[in-house]
Amino acid sequence: MLKRLRENKSAQGTLLALPTTFWLFFLLIIPLFLTLVISFGKRSPDGDVIYTFSLDNYTRLFGYSTDCPNGQASCFDPLYVQILWRSLTLAFNTTALVIIMAYPLAYFIARAHPKKRNLFLFMVLIPLWTNFVIRVYAWMMLLRKEGAINIIIGWLASLLHIPFTPLEMLYTPGAVLVGMVYEFLPFMILPIYTSLEKIDNSLYEAAADLGANAIKTLLRITLPLSMPGVVAGTILVFIPVMGTFIVSDILGGRQVILVGNLIQRQFLDARDPTFGSAASLILMIMTLIVTYFYTRKFGFGEEIVAA
Amino acid sequence: MNPFRRSPFVIVATVLVYLFLYAPIVGLVLYSFNASRANVTFEGFVPAFSDRVVMEGSLVKSSPCGPFHWYCDLAKNDDVAEAAGNTLTIAVTATIVATIIGTMAAIALQRYDFKLKPFSQLSLYIPIVIPEIVMGIGVLTLFSQLFGWVNEAFNLSGDARLSLGMATVTISHIAFMVPFVTLVVQARLQGFDKSFEEAAMDLGANEWTTFRRVTFPMILPGVMSGALLAFTLSLDDFVITFFTNGPGSTTLPIYVYGLLRRIITPQVNALSTVWILVVFTAVLLLQLIQNREQKQHS
Repeated sequence: MLKRLRENKSAQGTLLALPTTFWLFFLLIIPLFLTLVISFGKRSPDGDVIYTFSLDNYTRLFGYSTDCPNGQASCFDPLYVQILWRSLTLAFNTTALVIIMAYPLAYFIARAHPKKRNLFLFMVLIPLWTNFVIRVYAWMMLLRKEGAINIIIGWLASLLHIPFTPLEMLYTPGAVLVGMVYEFLPFMILPIYTSLEKIDNSLYEAAADLGANAIKTLLRITLPLSMPGVVAGTILVFIPVMGTFIVSDILGGRQVILVGNLIQRQFLDARDPTFGSAASLILMIMTLIVTYFYTRKFGFGEEIVAA
Repeated sequence: MNPFRRSPFVIVATVLVYLFLYAPIVGLVLYSFNASRANVTFEGFVPAFSDRVVMEGSLVKSSPCGPFHWYCDLAKNDDVAEAAGNTLTIAVTATIVATIIGTMAAIALQRYDFKLKPFSQLSLYIPIVIPEIVMGIGVLTLFSQLFGWVNEAFNLSGDARLSLGMATVTISHIAFMVPFVTLVVQARLQGFDKSFEEAAMDLGANEWTTFRRVTFPMILPGVMSGALLAFTLSLDDFVITFFTNGPGSTTLPIYVYGLLRRIITPQVNALSTVWILVVFTAVLLLQLIQNREQKQHS
């Protein structure tokens, strides 16, 4: 038996990969399948799942409502569509802002003296080692009415003799955007850095020899060659932003509700797992569609693993 | 053109982004010395060292630990100690399992051909392309349906009933960590020369000896960085833990989140500061060890 296994390469490979494949099958694929099944189910009065085939959760998610103001049988309720749209635009805005902020920094590190590069990268990673939840809390303290940002602006205003009332920044969409950008910025810096660092110096020398100016070099060499990094970074940022609920929970209060908050509440407060499952599948489909079109246009960078 | 040339725009942007990255952390650490228990405004450092804690309203007037009042307070907090213990237990267990099975899978995917291969490779990308919350509620549904069914089928009651806890958190952590370990080790395996292994075999080493003496030492740095990545992912995880934990398996991120929804004293800041310092020291030590090993080998 053992001898036969020693000669059978295919069986060896299967055996080696089995634990991982098994684990992923039971804890990723089966749960996804269960989520799909439950999303067609109904909620029983005591919060359990009744298995049937009903599209009610999906129609409700896309605005069909039977709870109407003027006694109509059905009407359009934009609540959930708004939540989906808000999450999508927030994810786009966050990604765009993160790219704008990450690019110059990544460029700076990649062009720095090789001996100093590791130190600069290290400095990007240190904030990442504090916990995700703690980082949101740090912003909560900064953005508060009594927080540091208002104190600094107030001090500047008093220097210039401008009257100033502290700004209400916490519990606004802007606060959620800042929090998201802060959480995911390093995930953009690292892949962009990786692809910028690979660019051969001789390309820059050639460009200079051929008379290209700084802007032309940027547009024709640096940007195109660093695209794989931007693509990888976008995937690493966009997907988690779509599903995160802590940032909006703490910095948005009850004002900014995203799909993540909607799903979380269905599973914990409202206790309707069937509706939560439907929302979670729609979330997954939205991210898959965006990722698919994005990677098809720009290619799937190896930088994901490198980061 | 000098490749080290930097435009002033890049330098200004760099400084601003670093400022953006560090300002919140500086604030966090500063407020851990706050004399105000309410922690809304900074009321100065806790003033004096004394025999006992003196409070005046929500202000700490003096404390045996002086400015480090909240750190002493933190040390007396049993919930934090328990949460820290849980976090480490889960991270260590899950890292060991994920590293072993993940490395095995990487070798299989890189060196062997088998029927399941395309499926195994594809399943690795699931945690990367799917939002964590989708995985979180998926495993929660799996466990709650499975446990409900088992408890009913075997008529379990009391402590014998299956419920969410350390085991469910650890099992779920392994699921999202394994792909990262496998992908990192696979990348390492891709880059190295097969001729070393062939040479060993030619010289009469059997497969196991070849693996032990040639392949494994060569992929070890990849395995180590995979394990380190998995470990930090587990320590930092909030979402999966949030949905799979139960009574007695609260981790630090979950504990802090719970605090943020209730009263926030500077103790949270002290906890965060200690956290940063511990992780910073650990990573620095690891870096030093790696550097020394590299120097020895070269």
